Amino acid sequence: MKKQIKTVLPVTIFILLLAALWELATTVFEVPHFILPRLSDVFISLWENRTLLGRHFVLTLGEALLGLALSVAVGVSVAIWMERFSLAKRTLYPLIMASQTIPIIALSPIMVMWFGYGIWSKISVVILFTFFPIAVNTSDGFRTADPGIGELMKTMGASKRDLFLKWKLPSALPGFFTGLKLAATISVGGAALGEWLGGESGLGVYTKRASNMLRGEAVFSGVLLLSIMGIILFLTVRWLESRVLAKRAPSDEADK
Amino acid sequence: MNEIRTNKATPALSVRGLSYSFPEGPVLFEKLDFSIRAGEFVALLAPSGAGKTTLFRLLAGLVKPAAGEIVLGGLSESKAPRKKSRIGYMPQRDCLMPWRSVLDNAALGLELSGVSRQEARRQVRELLPSFGLEGTEEKMPHELSGGMRQRVSFLRSLLSGGDPLLLDEPFSALDAMTRAGMQEWLLQIWEQHRKTVLFITHDVDEALLLSDRVLVASSSPISSLLEFEVALPRPRDYSAVLEPSFIQLKRQVLEQLGRTPATRGGIV
Repeated sequence: MKKQIKTVLPVTIFILLLAALWELATTVFEVPHFILPRLSDVFISLWENRTLLGRHFVLTLGEALLGLALSVAVGVSVAIWMERFSLAKRTLYPLIMASQTIPIIALSPIMVMWFGYGIWSKISVVILFTFFPIAVNTSDGFRTADPGIGELMKTMGASKRDLFLKWKLPSALPGFFTGLKLAATISVGGAALGEWLGGESGLGVYTKRASNMLRGEAVFSGVLLLSIMGIILFLTVRWLESRVLAKRAPSDEADK
Repeated sequence: MNEIRTNKATPALSVRGLSYSFPEGPVLFEKLDFSIRAGEFVALLAPSGAGKTTLFRLLAGLVKPAAGEIVLGGLSESKAPRKKSRIGYMPQRDCLMPWRSVLDNAALGLELSGVSRQEARRQVRELLPSFGLEGTEEKMPHELSGGMRQRVSFLRSLLSGGDPLLLDEPFSALDAMTRAGMQEWLLQIWEQHRKTVLFITHDVDEALLLSDRVLVASSSPISSLLEFEVALPRPRDYSAVLEPSFIQLKRQVLEQLGRTPATRGGIV
């Protein structure tokens, strides 16, 4: 408990200080609200529009989660496929790596062209953002599986199935979670971008409309909610990871 | 040939005319012959880099020989049953699965040969006390000391049911104190189980202390092995290294390895 306070306290105080500074500076220097709204106004706007924002929040969260789930399915499948067949790996791995030089933001409007203004264009943008970290980290997880364990299992007469289920798969889990943590955080950005490019609702749409109307406090309240969503997703995955990998050595001890 | 042999005369392992070289690399073994009787503890002593580990990989069936035959318990490699594990291999590193408890790590070999999880765990539990691992069932590998990890690894090899047991420098990564303790422990365990063992090491003391017979590889490529019977009485403990007969044997072995002052002087 004491240790927890010690880790949480400094960052909390710092955030509170920044908040106070924000409130004070915007009041004293009379900064126009479309440049930087007062922090209290952001919270007031948040409260006044709570039902509307709640609806947008749920929608954006749904898009992020659905996209993330599909990314996990596709990314892990591709990683397994590359692990099973070296030809698939030699063909796909360089392509997946090279695909990262394509600016995803520039590619996203194509998703709108293909899937229209409905929910699927948003989900496909989320997949564009999150597929890479999941596929590559899972694949690297497979690759770093201890070859000694595999050889030992072969001397014990292990089948290919045994090798995959009892050696490769558990070895790849830490890599998979590293990828999923990255993906979870950026999935929110993907969903918001998808909404920006064309949509009726969601926090992305809300912030875009608010910025068109130069309502700074509404923009900031949307951004605040998006960040909170990203943090919630990240913490959820981290919690899941700690449950699944609970019994293993903490990562900094893994090579001992 | 195989049919007319009686069980007693059948060596647990026999290697005939074994040749192997690394792809585009040096020749490691050339027409090598040796055999191990059932229930015998044999140490293979060779300088580092002589291809000891490669020999184990050949015997374990992980790599194929270029020529020659490896016969286990009277069955040549090609006739050996596919599914069942043929030898019990204990690698140099413990290779424990970090996601499995002591119990499930030790049960791996049994599990892979089709024994039910429950039965495998029961067999492991039975042996844990004599391995000095009582109460560690649910511990994870990172919570164990180096010596304990090697014990779990040895238990896993023993339970995989393979014969002979191939131990590849299992104590080389341990500190000197732990190592001496582990050698004494292995002597005790071996007295109880009397498994056929081929133990690879580069430590002369270790080879002589543990084994019935020491095979020395001094040439490169290895084409023949010099043989030393270790006639020390069993059961042994670490104090055996101070016996005059032990020291005399050690001198002979060292001479063969070219490590004594007489040969270093350049007379030969």
